[in-house]
Amino acid sequence: MSEEKHHIVSYRTHAFVLLALLVLTGISVAITQLEMGPMNTLAAMIIAGIKAAIVLAWFMHLKFESRFFAFMVSAVVVVFLLVLLVTFFDYSYR
Amino acid sequence: MSEANNAHNVSYLEYKGQYKGLLAWIFSTDHKRIGLLYLYTMLFFFSVAAILGLLMKTQLIAPGYTIMGPQTYNSLFTLHGIIMIFVIVVPGLPAVFGNFFLPIMIGAKDVAFPKLNLLSWWFYIIGILIVLTSQFMGDGPPDTGWTFYAPYSFRTPTNVLPAVFGAFVMGFSSILTGINFVVTIHRMRAPGMTWFKMPLFPWTLYGTAWIQILATPVIGITLLLIVAERLMGIGIFDPALGGDPILYQHLFWIYSHPAVYIMILPAMGAISEIIPVFSRKTIFGYKAIVLSTLAIAFVGYFVWGHHMFTSGMSGRALYTFSFLTFLVAIPSAIKVFNWVSTMHKGSLQMQTPFYWAVSFIFVFMIGGLSGLVLGSLATNVHVHDTHFVVAHFHFIVFGGTGYAFMAALHYWFPKMFGRMYDMNWANLGWGIFFIGFNTLYLPMFYLGIMGMPRRYYDYLPDFHGGNIVSSLGAWVMVSGIVIIFANLIRSARHGEKTTEKNPWGGKTLEWQVDTPPTLENFEEIPTIEKGPYEFED
Ligand code: HEM
Ligand SMILES: [Cu+2]
Repeated sequence: MSEEKHHIVSYRTHAFVLLALLVLTGISVAITQLEMGPMNTLAAMIIAGIKAAIVLAWFMHLKFESRFFAFMVSAVVVVFLLVLLVTFFDYSYR
Repeated sequence: MSEANNAHNVSYLEYKGQYKGLLAWIFSTDHKRIGLLYLYTMLFFFSVAAILGLLMKTQLIAPGYTIMGPQTYNSLFTLHGIIMIFVIVVPGLPAVFGNFFLPIMIGAKDVAFPKLNLLSWWFYIIGILIVLTSQFMGDGPPDTGWTFYAPYSFRTPTNVLPAVFGAFVMGFSSILTGINFVVTIHRMRAPGMTWFKMPLFPWTLYGTAWIQILATPVIGITLLLIVAERLMGIGIFDPALGGDPILYQHLFWIYSHPAVYIMILPAMGAISEIIPVFSRKTIFGYKAIVLSTLAIAFVGYFVWGHHMFTSGMSGRALYTFSFLTFLVAIPSAIKVFNWVSTMHKGSLQMQTPFYWAVSFIFVFMIGGLSGLVLGSLATNVHVHDTHFVVAHFHFIVFGGTGYAFMAALHYWFPKMFGRMYDMNWANLGWGIFFIGFNTLYLPMFYLGIMGMPRRYYDYLPDFHGGNIVSSLGAWVMVSGIVIIFANLIRSARHGEKTTEKNPWGGKTLEWQVDTPPTLENFEEIPTIEKGPYEFED
């Protein structure tokens, strides 16, 4: 649509994002070497979450869109986290 | 474009596009035609699945082998459940009346993505065809029930794969419809139609659409995991390989409980349209209905565990889920109070859509209250997996969504087809159906409390009495359905023609456009100043 602004992200920024994603991937491979029990899964999930957030913000342009979209996406993430939380009412207390 | 085929003065039924005949329907991107495609598909498959139900009830009229053995019975209730749930009530009102009326009610020419809309219908049809192949191939029809519980779903030799995969494909249809409706409602409301001037049916479609988008992927992945488990034995759910079968139940119900709100929210929306029109009164508590819709959609995500009270969850999970289940009952009850208060001191118009709407409230209450019995931990242990549950969900799903669907069909029929149905036959059909419905399902509550389990082709002689009543009720109810359908089908083709824009005296936008609507619905997009239910000027 014509009225919408097109934000151009520079190659530099894209390169930084790529680098960040690669480093995080490296970290999530590295921590599998540590023996942390269930915490290993938690750590992997947190790193994956950060990566997803980076992709959403820069590659998928959430950072440059109206705040409303960021709000909608966060609401969805909250629902998802709550579903996980409730599931663990079962798994943590069996 | 010639004058005779103008998008503004030819009805959508007569408009001539690129294709002719059947192709003009199955390749049409007009939201109204797509709505009717869903309607015809559903009426056909509903009839098939209702016949399966009737056969099951005939088997159950006496203990022992009556007309079929256990394996046949098991495959019948599986197919019956899959069709009724995935093909009928999940697409349900949004696919038919949402497609047809959402754009009109918010003052738009079509949905936001018309091609995607058509694609949804194609996914739906392809999914159905895949499911149906399970009946005719190799190892016999699946016998797992529509729930595909692990580990049986990968131990049974029957054809589970196509059934599961077909349901997976139908999921795409649901997600795409959800996305389409969310964008349509955000972006395409007519000028002046603020969120709180939007009619209630679109509001419930909005809540439903979010559930479709967020919950359906969960069942998609879960069904694929069943496929993987069957083909490769990966051991996620299989206890023999270290998997957790209860995890399957969690994942299944994380979708399937919100899915019951996919079924019931639009039903509530349709009832909220009909009640004020036939009471000639503003809806009581418009905002309360909107907020309770959103509350149901939200809290509905967190109650799935009430299907698993006897499966071996932790104690803490048990009372958490029980508590949350009781919470979600509150917004549902709020709606009932709103409808009843709307009717209070209204000038009630005793016509077919109103009969359906009022009987909806009646059966929905019975279904809802029995849900509370099931939501309490102690009583649940007693009645879980008995006929009490079968009675409960038929009262809610069939009594709720089914009645609301019929209410909506009789309400919007003249607008959709430009013809009127025979009111006397419609009322007679409703009456017979209502009597049959209650005769069929009420005894199941009693049978369940007495301990008759579900999903068996046979039962102890003690249960004979209740089953005779129930099976006779099934025949009465089906006679009602035959009358209703015959009347509607005949009327759609030969009924009295009408171009009356507003036969019931409604205030929402669909009653201001032509009957039947033109291709683009509005000659000029209206500007909205008043709320949707302002009857007292
Ligand atoms: C002619 C109408 C109908 C009849 C006679 C009928 C009858 C039955 C019977 C006998 C069962 C199997 C009980 C058992 O042994 O477990 C059943 C199950 C079921 N029905 Fe219906 N029913 C009808 C309409 C509907 C409708 C409209 C829906 C959905 C909206 C529906 C959804 C289901 C579901 C989900 C099951 C459970 C399948 C399972 O989990 O075993 N039925 N029905
Ligand atoms: Cu549930």
